[in-house]
Amino acid sequence: MKKLITVLLGLLMVLALFGCTKKPTVDPEPEPVDTGVMTYAEYAALPADGSAEVIIEAYVQAVQSYWEGATLYLQDKDGAYFVYAGQISEEDYAKLVDSTDYSNGWKGLANGTKVHVEGTKSEWSGEVEITDATVTLVEGGDKYLAPAEDVTAALGTDALADYMNKKVSFKDLIVVASQNSAGEDVPFLYNWDGSGEPGSDLYFNVTDGKTDIYTFVVESYLCYDGSDVYEAVEGLNIGDTVDLEGFLYWYNGANPHITGVTVK
Amino acid sequence: MRKKHIAVLLAIVLCLSLTSCHGSKDSRSFVIPETFDTAKNYEITFWAKNDTNVNQVNIYKKAISDFMELYPNIAVNMKLYTDYSRIYNDVITNIATGTTPNVCITYPDHIATYMTGKDTVVALDELMEDAKYGLGGTELRYDGPKKDEIISEFLEEGRIGGSYYALPYMRSTEALYINKTYVEKLGYAVPEIMTWDQIWEICDAAMAQDAEGNYLINGQKVLIPFIYKSTDNMMITMLKQLHAEYSDDQGSILLFNDETKKILKEIAIHAAKGEFSTFKISSYPANFLNAGQCIFAIDSTAGATWMGSKAPLIDIPKESILDFETVVRPIPQYDVNDPYMISQGPSLCIFNKEDPDEVLASWLFAQYLMTNEVQIAYAKTEGYVPVTAKAQTSEIYQDYLKRSGENNSDYYDIKIAASRLLLENTEHTFVTAVFNGSASLRDAAGNLIESVCKAVRKKKTVDDAYVDDLFKETTSLYHLDQISPIGMNRDLGPLPKTSRLLLGALGSAWLAIGIYVLLRKRNASK
Repeated sequence: MKKLITVLLGLLMVLALFGCTKKPTVDPEPEPVDTGVMTYAEYAALPADGSAEVIIEAYVQAVQSYWEGATLYLQDKDGAYFVYAGQISEEDYAKLVDSTDYSNGWKGLANGTKVHVEGTKSEWSGEVEITDATVTLVEGGDKYLAPAEDVTAALGTDALADYMNKKVSFKDLIVVASQNSAGEDVPFLYNWDGSGEPGSDLYFNVTDGKTDIYTFVVESYLCYDGSDVYEAVEGLNIGDTVDLEGFLYWYNGANPHITGVTVK
Repeated sequence: MRKKHIAVLLAIVLCLSLTSCHGSKDSRSFVIPETFDTAKNYEITFWAKNDTNVNQVNIYKKAISDFMELYPNIAVNMKLYTDYSRIYNDVITNIATGTTPNVCITYPDHIATYMTGKDTVVALDELMEDAKYGLGGTELRYDGPKKDEIISEFLEEGRIGGSYYALPYMRSTEALYINKTYVEKLGYAVPEIMTWDQIWEICDAAMAQDAEGNYLINGQKVLIPFIYKSTDNMMITMLKQLHAEYSDDQGSILLFNDETKKILKEIAIHAAKGEFSTFKISSYPANFLNAGQCIFAIDSTAGATWMGSKAPLIDIPKESILDFETVVRPIPQYDVNDPYMISQGPSLCIFNKEDPDEVLASWLFAQYLMTNEVQIAYAKTEGYVPVTAKAQTSEIYQDYLKRSGENNSDYYDIKIAASRLLLENTEHTFVTAVFNGSASLRDAAGNLIESVCKAVRKKKTVDDAYVDDLFKETTSLYHLDQISPIGMNRDLGPLPKTSRLLLGALGSAWLAIGIYVLLRKRNASK
């Protein structure tokens, strides 16, 4: 009898051990999780009157220097976004650029890191932007740097607004005079009226020779004094022919923030 | 023997240390030199703020050049700013590295924070009174104002904790810029002083649209009848007009009260109807006013050159500007017989340095900015007013005021009307208490209004529960729960009599011990 019980217990133990092994099962396809992240088309369809809360993910093309948060130029393959004063930790911000050494010559061109942005779609002086935003890095996200789209042909047309916030280029524009406070013709001004000094925003006028005169800007929090583009604009002459590259910011009309200048 | 001498010395040192432990001044405290050393060269830095206005920059440059002619041994290097918050941020950074400027344009609120560093900012009381180099001093090489020639309301704004830490440089207030053409088209007249209720009523009337969604008043799809530039000023002023609490001299945070709640709920009603917005949400009031898309724009008198159809400075395409009549009025009031408007504008502070001569050089330059030449020239660039009676009553300035409307540049009528508004209402101006944290409280006050305006755009209900939550969030966001009343390095004034007696007794006791030891030593050696 004891032997029988021992055998039975032994069998039970063996069966129990087998029972512990995981049975091979076929997992069902995971249900897609709705993260609420919008496509660019969904974002673009929303009003920019401050009523819409938005969630987007896109790639950082450029940043302005850190100032109680970060102002970012974002883009993906479908469209572009501008994040005004988004809340992001200084530590994460530093991962978006090669350097946060804001000494002379700093330039906020970013490395294409993917970020997750939650905020409100708004409009300020014509610029469509995301405000009151929180910005976080997408873990394991890929990187993307958008090529500059040539929008020279759209200058002076309503179609230019379709490229708002995108990385764009303008070809064969001619530098025309700005006037300083003494009424003299100069190729550029520090601040819009010449009230600045080296280190201020640089304003300069260009024309395509066909339509009108346009004012372009080297935004000093994006490209510091001493950067290649800042120095290139300081070196412009009236009549120079230039190719320009930058981000199509808007302020009561097109107000491109230039990041590259080639004098021909 | 040596030990006993040491004991005596220690006793004296102890006495001295006891008497200096209250309101103490360390080795860096500034003491006015007997004479300014003109054989020595000084290089001082001046951080100047302008309104992105090249005329103001040129006046600074001329002032520096003229000053350096008078004092060839003082070189002044200027750094330009267009934003007070940037100056504030840079000063904070430079306090840490010991590289503050010598003279700086600033707000008194900001100075209160600078003063959390010991002896960072120079107290100006003794400098102002100094017979040789003080205000109207005998050794000055220019005709500066005497102390009693500075408008007292403006001078007092620089007093923090019992001492002067700032000189006023320019003063402005807020003005209500009105599209009078539209107000009359809506069937209303423009009174000398408008009430808030009148403003809201006209805003209501302006919102009528046609079937296509065009506003009847301007025939456009865009209309925001009322835009306020500075929402922190808006909240602070509304509370002041209601005699409601905001803060006090002790640094108590009193903003979150029932009157604030009522104000926010009222604003929310009008923001929800699209009648009201702010600079932060929509953009500059002037741009909307000039395009006929705004009827009531509140902005600084120092922004007057941007206001109106014929404004010398514009920021929108010329073809967008409509032709209408602009008038300038005091900001709306709850009680037109008891009006209040804020006093604002740049002040000057001086940072302490190791070399007292360098500080004196800074003071000489700061004082120079208060001469008639600089005051009148700068005030004419915008709707500012000079801060001295000497400049205000001068023939040149009075002539300037009289020539209002002669042209749309130097004598632009809206600009001069804005200056007159402050000149005629100086006694109705007020400022808020300054303490370490008052700048954050100011930001918080504005944030309350911005938040309710944003909330109603998202169709949120702004009721008591919402505002209570907003109060909590704002308190936390601006760290207002971490501000201790009297949380700054105030000058605590003289010691109480009992403390002085106690310290005196202690000192006397130690002195007596020292004398006793000395006498014993002398007796022993005989």
